[in-house]
Amino acid sequence: MSRNPDRPLSPHLMHWKWGPHMLVSILHRMAGVGLAVVGGLLLAWWLLSAASGEAAYESFLDWFTVDSGAINIIGVIFCVGLTWAFFQHLFNGLRHFVLDMGAGYELKTNRRWALIVVWGAILATAGLWVWLLWPALVNISAGEF
Amino acid sequence: MGTGTGLGRVRGLGSAKQGAHHWWQQRLTAAGNVLLVSWFVLSLLRLPDLSYSVVTDWLSSPLVAIAMILLSANVFWHLRLGLQVVIEDYIENEATKLAVILLINFYAAGGAAVAIFSIAKIAFGGAA
Repeated sequence: MSRNPDRPLSPHLMHWKWGPHMLVSILHRMAGVGLAVVGGLLLAWWLLSAASGEAAYESFLDWFTVDSGAINIIGVIFCVGLTWAFFQHLFNGLRHFVLDMGAGYELKTNRRWALIVVWGAILATAGLWVWLLWPALVNISAGEF
Repeated sequence: MGTGTGLGRVRGLGSAKQGAHHWWQQRLTAAGNVLLVSWFVLSLLRLPDLSYSVVTDWLSSPLVAIAMILLSANVFWHLRLGLQVVIEDYIENEATKLAVILLINFYAAGGAAVAIFSIAKIAFGGAA
């Protein structure tokens, strides 16, 4: 049972050479913790304020919008962050379902799907927010902001 | 008893035989989340805006309220399991670990209760 204390216990971020499979693994946890804490609190707060009447709901919205009702910078940071975390955790979660079936462990296949997950989440987030903010972006470029 | 790990041989007990239950629950709620959270995100995107009247109208529809209650239960159960694994992997001090696990359980149960009660109140109360 003697163990060399210089060796890491498990795949450790400080000891192992980085690759897409490690990146996607730690991103899954980071996105998951972000969704669990920020997303969970936001969901409960949103529903509670909607159940507490119009004034309470307005004060919830005030945190994330400007006076005109458009989304403010805090709203954009929270929503874009949660959108990315959602896509990252969803896509990698689906990847894990495939791994759970015992498939996709070959080095090249594993590497390819890890990269697809990371880039897919970034592209999906960017695509969604360009689509959502398109009217505002057009207004800015037309000088009507 | 002679074929397990060294620690298991010393204790003569082996594993607690409950690892697969946690793992399986995590997968079940993950599959539920794929459906429920994707539906939720698409629904939010399809609403004309997120004003009080639009949101409460939407939540008071029976099918929406039922799906949102399922989502709340599923999301908070899934995040309870997930946060527990992260805590167990990174917190070495047993007392701290116990305290944080307790906190996670309170958070998950509390969050689910707040969400489900709020949906029910809106759905049963009728939109204002």
